[in-house]
Amino acid sequence: MVNGAALPPPWRLTRNLVMALIDLANPTRFLALTQRVLPFLAGATALAFAVGLTLAWLAPDDYQQGATVRIMFIHVPNAWLAMAVWAVMTIASLGTLVWRHPLADVAAKAAAPLGAAFTFLALVTGSLWGRPMWGTYWVWDARLTSVLVLFLMYLGVIALWRTVEDPARAGRAAAVLTLVGAINLPIIKFSVDWWNTLHQPASIVRAGGPTIALSILTPLLVMALAFLLLFVALHLAAMRNEILRRRVRAMWLMQAHAAQGA
Amino acid sequence: MTPLSALLLRDMRLAVRVGGGALMGVLFFLLVVTLTPFAIGPDLALLQRIGPAILWLGALLASLLALDRLFAADHEDGSLDLLLMGSAPLELAVLAKALAHWITTSLPLVIATPLLGLFLNLDAFAIGAVALTLLAGTPALTGIGLIGAALSVALRRGGLLLPVLVLPLTVPVLIFGVAASNAAIIGPAGFGAPFMILCALTLGSLVIGPFAAAAALRHGLE
Repeated sequence: MVNGAALPPPWRLTRNLVMALIDLANPTRFLALTQRVLPFLAGATALAFAVGLTLAWLAPDDYQQGATVRIMFIHVPNAWLAMAVWAVMTIASLGTLVWRHPLADVAAKAAAPLGAAFTFLALVTGSLWGRPMWGTYWVWDARLTSVLVLFLMYLGVIALWRTVEDPARAGRAAAVLTLVGAINLPIIKFSVDWWNTLHQPASIVRAGGPTIALSILTPLLVMALAFLLLFVALHLAAMRNEILRRRVRAMWLMQAHAAQGA
Repeated sequence: MTPLSALLLRDMRLAVRVGGGALMGVLFFLLVVTLTPFAIGPDLALLQRIGPAILWLGALLASLLALDRLFAADHEDGSLDLLLMGSAPLELAVLAKALAHWITTSLPLVIATPLLGLFLNLDAFAIGAVALTLLAGTPALTGIGLIGAALSVALRRGGLLLPVLVLPLTVPVLIFGVAASNAAIIGPAGFGAPFMILCALTLGSLVIGPFAAAAALRHGLE
């Protein structure tokens, strides 16, 4: 076993992080840790939302779009999270298939409905924004279509989880599907660059830096942080529920087995 | 005869025999293309404009329906376990099964396209364009369908899970297939780009599909 104190600092940090991940593989320890952490996370989320919504309220109107630009403060963070959650699921799927981390499939299963909800909210808020801006609720351009396909893939993963009975087998099948679906993420990100779309091109994550004014960028980033904290809090809570659900299932199976043997 | 070519011939023979369901796909294709004018109306000009799209949708759905028998029969009688334990790499074995599936299910669809194109009032050039794009694109549908078939192999009541998993992934193939067909009909200048992308999708899915399907089979049958 490597003596941690003898390692130089960068490697020591890596080793500590890896050990933390391995420690958290124990569901009981994970449950204990999240029970302590969740109240603070919930508080931080509420605080971030309060600050973000206040900043969004105080932000100036756009010279072209007027007050409707404020839909962006909800639409863009949801869209970012829709893609980020699939990325989280992809990493969790690698954890299941490659590293056999015990809680990786729990993480993937818990994240899927949250990601679907964020994608749905992004589509709905975007649609409501499109009506005054573009004159239509929906258009089949590259960005909207690829995000809709992402939503369908989320539903597909959820359907797969609900069709296979054994949670471990379901986890591995869902992991393969998630890895295949990860190819949609770069397509969504670059769809506005590769195709001539009605959806506006990238204005924040692009070469050359953001092109949004700071007075609108700041509330946007705070709201993005708030939604990210919301996802982390809900994700940990959902993982706790899933662990407890599997324990209940194991107890049922033991009970049924004992009744059969009696 | 190498193991892989033996597997290929075995699958093709089984598909053609009774219970194999090889030509059922063509029948379904015919039914879908026949049903559409009942729904849309007999306006020949309209049918001609959306003809390539109807043919592509019918081919997509027909190849989708035949996918569940790709692994299910082998899973039931245990030959899938033999494949998993065999000396041939599982990815290549899966690719051989996919090739047999394509030859017996999708190739008849491509051959049936000219007849069905007549129902939709497509002229000879349009029929040729659609058939060419189908020939280039149906291997992509098989490759992507492999993944769904492998994921749902052991499910008894899988039902609609296979189409639900596979259809979102086949959207790009459909988009570029129809785009290439329409581009060929309007004026051959724009045909190259979508057709190249369609071929790229086919080549890509013929690599990703077997690897993902092999991973799904290995992990799902443990």
